[in-house]
Amino acid sequence: MNFPILTLTIFIPLVAGLLILFYPAEKKTWPRITALAAAVITFLLTILVYARYDVAAGGYQFIEQIPWMPFWDISYHVGVDGISTPLLLMAGVVLFCGTAVSWNVEDRPREFFSFLMFLGTSVLGVFASLDLFQLFFFFELAIFPKYLMIVIWGYPKTREYGSMKLTLYLFVGSVFALVGVLALVFLSGANTFDLLKLEQFDFTTAFQQTWFPFVFFGFAVLAAIFPAHSWAPDGHVAAPTAVSMMLAGVEMKVGAFAALRVGIMLLPEGAHFWAPLVLVLATINVVYGALIALVQTDFKYVIGFSSVSHMGLVMIGFATLSKEGLLGSGLQMFSHGIMTALFFSVVGMVYDRAHTRDIARLGGLFQKMPAAAVAFIVAGLVSMGMPGFSGFIAEFPIFMGAWKAAPIVAIIAVLGVIITAGYILLVVRRVFFGELNPDLAHVGDVSLLDKVSMAVLVVMMIALGVFPSLMYPMVQSGVNYILALVGGA
Amino acid sequence: MDTPAFHPAMILAILPEIGLIILAGLVLLADLLFHRKKDRDLGLLTFGGLLAVAGVTLVYSRPDMVPVTVFGGALRQDWATFVFRMIFLVGAAISVLFTMDTDRRIRSGAFYLLVIIATLGMSLMAAAADLITLYLAIETTSIPLYVLSGSLVKDQKSTEAGVKYMLFGAFTSAIMLYGFSLLYGFTGTTNLYELKGLLESGQISTVALVAVAMLVLAGFGFKISAVPFHFWAPDVYEGAPTPVAGYLSTASKAAGFAVLLRFLNVVFPDLYPAWLLVALLSVATMIIGNVLALTQKNIKRLLAYSSIAQAGYMLIGVAAATELGNTAAIFYLISYLVTNLAAFGIIVVVGWSVGSDEIAAYAGLSRRSPGLALALLVALLSLGGVPPFAGFIGKLFVFAAAVQADMIWLAIIGIINSVVALYYYLVVLKVVWLNRSDDEEVKLPVTRPWRLAVVVCVAGMLLLGTIFAPWYQWALQAATAF
Repeated sequence: MNFPILTLTIFIPLVAGLLILFYPAEKKTWPRITALAAAVITFLLTILVYARYDVAAGGYQFIEQIPWMPFWDISYHVGVDGISTPLLLMAGVVLFCGTAVSWNVEDRPREFFSFLMFLGTSVLGVFASLDLFQLFFFFELAIFPKYLMIVIWGYPKTREYGSMKLTLYLFVGSVFALVGVLALVFLSGANTFDLLKLEQFDFTTAFQQTWFPFVFFGFAVLAAIFPAHSWAPDGHVAAPTAVSMMLAGVEMKVGAFAALRVGIMLLPEGAHFWAPLVLVLATINVVYGALIALVQTDFKYVIGFSSVSHMGLVMIGFATLSKEGLLGSGLQMFSHGIMTALFFSVVGMVYDRAHTRDIARLGGLFQKMPAAAVAFIVAGLVSMGMPGFSGFIAEFPIFMGAWKAAPIVAIIAVLGVIITAGYILLVVRRVFFGELNPDLAHVGDVSLLDKVSMAVLVVMMIALGVFPSLMYPMVQSGVNYILALVGGA
Repeated sequence: MDTPAFHPAMILAILPEIGLIILAGLVLLADLLFHRKKDRDLGLLTFGGLLAVAGVTLVYSRPDMVPVTVFGGALRQDWATFVFRMIFLVGAAISVLFTMDTDRRIRSGAFYLLVIIATLGMSLMAAAADLITLYLAIETTSIPLYVLSGSLVKDQKSTEAGVKYMLFGAFTSAIMLYGFSLLYGFTGTTNLYELKGLLESGQISTVALVAVAMLVLAGFGFKISAVPFHFWAPDVYEGAPTPVAGYLSTASKAAGFAVLLRFLNVVFPDLYPAWLLVALLSVATMIIGNVLALTQKNIKRLLAYSSIAQAGYMLIGVAAATELGNTAAIFYLISYLVTNLAAFGIIVVVGWSVGSDEIAAYAGLSRRSPGLALALLVALLSLGGVPPFAGFIGKLFVFAAAVQADMIWLAIIGIINSVVALYYYLVVLKVVWLNRSDDEEVKLPVTRPWRLAVVVCVAGMLLLGTIFAPWYQWALQAATAF
């Protein structure tokens, strides 16, 4: 295929972001329109990639390769497989929805939308990377948009703390990943950054066991693996709505994806060696995250900790290194991305109108913003793993895999799901039902753009829940490829 | 020593120096002849002249793959000489653009003249292949820089900077000279390339050689502001006119690295303790620079400590002592040139119009001058090592060099340091983008030469950060030429 669809997908937001920077400051609408247009085009392109991906053929598709630095075998090399295609779609939809719900940003909209677009390019670039250098390049590209967007447009009380904590945590993680990456290339004697060649390279067992933790845990910091999880709730809460959506929805998957792609796929023996530790840490994520979410009084922190809990499930799936577990993780990454984006967009809408996130002071909002309430409930059902929604088809295989790998993990992790049901139901009842707090009498309904973006997210979750075959075979093909590298059933 | 016969290669080899001398004469003449001249005219003359010299060098003084030694072994014309000369010329040209029309206290004629002479000295430093030429070149560079640092004669801080810089400089050059004299005493030659063979004969004890290496490193360490020879840097950067500080931190540092790389690679290629010493210098430089930068309230001091730390990262590449290591250090220098010059350029304009170099004075900058704030963002992130800017690639290369040389501990120390560094860069960015100030409506006045210089630097950072293969090739050719 000659049409450079992935390149367009990745670089349209970047070009839009650069263009926006050159607009005159007085024109506050231009950046919004440009950003939304770019986000819509990107979203449509990701749909196109998803629709055109040939599941029967499997493997990497839509490959483009241009030499970047031949001397070190670095190239601009993009392509997607059964795991990254759904993630690309997820990034496209979240970028679109994040842009749509940010329409009313009044303070320096030019910089806001520009940075948001840069963030979009960063995540799309990681998902489509078939070159280790390029993957890392895009991975790190997200640093400054994240920091600046949180610090400028974030929640005034915690933004300085939250943004700095997030940035430094993630930077520490990524620099360890960088040492690992450099070791993979230079110390092993592979001397190439091409992921396809590295996949086939024969790393010694000792090498794999030494370096797996660097790359896996280095990248997994961004997936909030315990005990490096605490940046996530603080960062998500401090961030403006669109950034919370991108962070929790997409960025955390970027971390998990990179850990999978570089850690597990390149160093399978290392993965087998370290899998028990990952299982234990991820199980702590699931239960501990859910327990903390249960006792939060801040609406946004509930969701922040729920992400920590759910990302634990993804990691459990990885660590089983089995067909079921990896399949579930692949689906969970997609499903959780959509669900969390929806959660955070509703939280943002509530906060923008009620000016508080204190659960005790909210209540009865169903009367005021029914569409948002319905969307939140749907996301809640997904979060609890209800059959008929995408959460179920993602979590069920993970537990199957976990049961096979270590029944005790499955048993403990299921506790997390029960607690999840607890905090979701509690928060739904307290925020959306019950007596309307008189202070909230003035609260208005959400805008049309908000409704559109929520509807898109809801439709995706239900569609996947009812018709798993829309995504199941694709992820399956990706998992088969991984299993061929990792070994095992 | 017999008198070398004349050969056209001799002229070509010193073409940049000849050009600089002519330019210096022109500037001096113009300064004397046109009394009621405008600062800008002299600046443009200097800038144009430097560009012309760079252009001529690029076309006529490009080295062959086989190095040429001229003037009885005093100078060597190779790729390393060439690449470093380009670094100095570009650095000087950009610094001149930053100076034009900004600070009324600067006496422009003398100022530009001294910049040209210092550049001439650096150019000779890069080419020197003999201990005596090397020493003369270092002094030719240093003396104008002492004067430049103290050139604001009515400003106490500036004069203090000049004196301090000179005292430190004299002190470390005396130590270095002692090292040189020992080398001459041991071998009876001052030619670097002859020294190598004589030292390898094994008649001189390793202890003596390590002692010599330490003495010499003191001199070079001063030039690159490596710990523990860094004490002058913060005070001098703070007191000196800001464009001079920018020039000191980039071109002058690059000159220090040019001689350090050549000296170590030529004279002590196999003396393991000397290289270990460099690695230790690197660790100390990174840690001290970054830790002390954390508490700074003045942006010039912050950048001074940051530039100390940056020297530490470059030393990682040197300490790796491989082809990749040298290449990485040179690439890092190129990327650091545009990055740090941009940072200092922004300080020039803010300091000039706000009248303060405190970090607090940067509040509200993103509302006052969004473009300027973006340029500062790019510069600081590039210093912090964030893609897609030059600094990221530079750091990646030096860390890669350390890993490849099996010095993973050094890479890890460097990487932890870069996390610390990112913190203080982000704090500045936070002030710029988040904090408010009372005079947000007042735009900062920028001159056209200044704008050109910043645009060039920002473009350079993006170019080096994305299309880095050709520059890497340059650096590689320079690194293998010693």
